[in-house]
Amino acid sequence: MTGSWSNELMPLVEFRNVSYEIAGRRILSNIELAIDPGETLVLLGRSGSGKSTALKLTNGMLFPASGEVRVEGRSTREWDPIRLKRRIGYVIQDVGLFPHFTVAENIALVPKLEEWSASRVAGRVDQLLETMGMAPADFRARYPRELSGGQRQRVGVARALAADPPLLLFDEPFGALDPVIRTELQQQFLELQRNFKKTAIFVTHDVREALRLGTRIALLADGKLEVLADPAGFQRAHTAEARAFLACL
Amino acid sequence: MREDLASDILRLTAEHLTLVASAMAIAILLGVPLGILLARRPAVRAWLLGFASVAQTIPSLALFGFLIPVPFIGGIGKRTVIVALVLYALLPILRNTFVGIASVDAAVVDSAVAMGMTGNQILRQVQLPLAARTIIAGIRVATVATIGTATIAAAIGGGGLGVFIFRGINSVDTAQILAGAIPSAALALIADGGLGWIERKLSPA
Repeated sequence: MTGSWSNELMPLVEFRNVSYEIAGRRILSNIELAIDPGETLVLLGRSGSGKSTALKLTNGMLFPASGEVRVEGRSTREWDPIRLKRRIGYVIQDVGLFPHFTVAENIALVPKLEEWSASRVAGRVDQLLETMGMAPADFRARYPRELSGGQRQRVGVARALAADPPLLLFDEPFGALDPVIRTELQQQFLELQRNFKKTAIFVTHDVREALRLGTRIALLADGKLEVLADPAGFQRAHTAEARAFLACL
Repeated sequence: MREDLASDILRLTAEHLTLVASAMAIAILLGVPLGILLARRPAVRAWLLGFASVAQTIPSLALFGFLIPVPFIGGIGKRTVIVALVLYALLPILRNTFVGIASVDAAVVDSAVAMGMTGNQILRQVQLPLAARTIIAGIRVATVATIGTATIAAAIGGGGLGVFIFRGINSVDTAQILAGAIPSAALALIADGGLGWIERKLSPA
C-alpha cells in the first residue's frame, strides 16, 4: 500500500472499531467509519449520542478505550498531539473566541503559533474576513463582545480555516443562532465547501441541517452507528431512530 | 519636638512600607505560582487551601509569638515579621489566582486546546490574562490587610508604624497612637486606590 495512487484512496479519517467510555459508561461502541478527502460527513444524533465525543477522538482531545482513530493514515496516538490539533480546524458551538483578543488576533491564533511572518498573517486575516463577508477594516480591531452571535460564529469559522488545515471539525456550530442567521451560515458553509473543498465532520442534532450540508450522514444512537448513507439514502432509512429524525422534517 | 515627630513619622512609615513591600513581594512570588498549581492539580487543592486558611485563622499577635522560637525564620526582628505577614497574605492571593483561572470560560480553554496550544501557551496567553483582574483583586485585599497587620510588628522589634501605637498605648498618649494609626490608614487607602485602579484598567474577563 505505497505510492501516490493509494494516498488518494486513503481515507483522511478512519474509525476502526472505536469504543469510548467514561467511568465505565459506554459513550461510543465499535464505530467503523471512513471519511474520504473532500466530503462533508454529518454526525447526526440526539444529545448524549456520542457525536461530540467522536470529534474529540478525531483531533486527539480524547483517545479511544479500544480500537483506533487514524488521521492521514496514522493513529491519533502516534501523532504529536500539538501537530495533530494544528492540522485540524475546530469550530465549537460556544465559539470559544478569546474575549481579550481582537477579531484579527483570534483569527491569527494558529498562524502565529506556527510562526508565520507578520505580513503573511495580516494578509491571511484580511482574506478570511473577506471570505466570511466581513469588511476587514470594520472588523479587524473589534473584540468578540462587540459582535453579534452570527458574526462571532463567522470569526470562529475563519479562525478554524486560518492555517489552511485539510480537515475541519464542526460541533453544532450554528445550534445557538436564530433560524435566519443559521440558514445564512449554512449557505456560506456550502459555498466554502465548494470553494475550498475541505474535508469536514459536522455534528448536529438538526436533521434538516444534516440533509442540507452532508455528502453523507452518519446517524448515532446510544453510541452506535445506526445508519451511514448519503442524504437520499438516509431519507429511505428504516431504523427507528432514523424514522424519529425524519419525522422532524 | 515637632520636627522630631515629623521625621519619626517619615522614618517609621518608610520602615512600615519596606516590611509590607517585602512581605507582599514574597507572598505574590509564592501565591501566584501556587494558585496556578492549585488550578492544575486538584489533588493538592484541599491541602494547600487548608494550610493557607489555617494560617489565616491564627491571631496575628499569637503567630508572631509562635514564630519567635522557630530556628532560621524566627527570632526577634524584621525577618519574623515578614514571615508572619507572608503567611497572612498568602490565602487571598492563592485563592484568587486559583478562582481566577478556574473561572475562565470552559469553551475558551477548550478551543485553545483544540487549536493546538500547549499547556504553557494556554496559561500565559489565555488563562493568566483572563484571570488577571481576579488575581489583582486578591493582591489588593492582601496588601490592605498586611498594612494593618504590620503595625503589630513593633511588638517583636520589627519596627514600622506600630512603634508609635505601642508607645502611645504604654504612655496613654493618644497623639502617639494617632501618629501611627493615621499614616497606616493613609497607606492602606492609597494602596487600595492604586491597586483598584489597576484592577479596573485590566480588560474585563
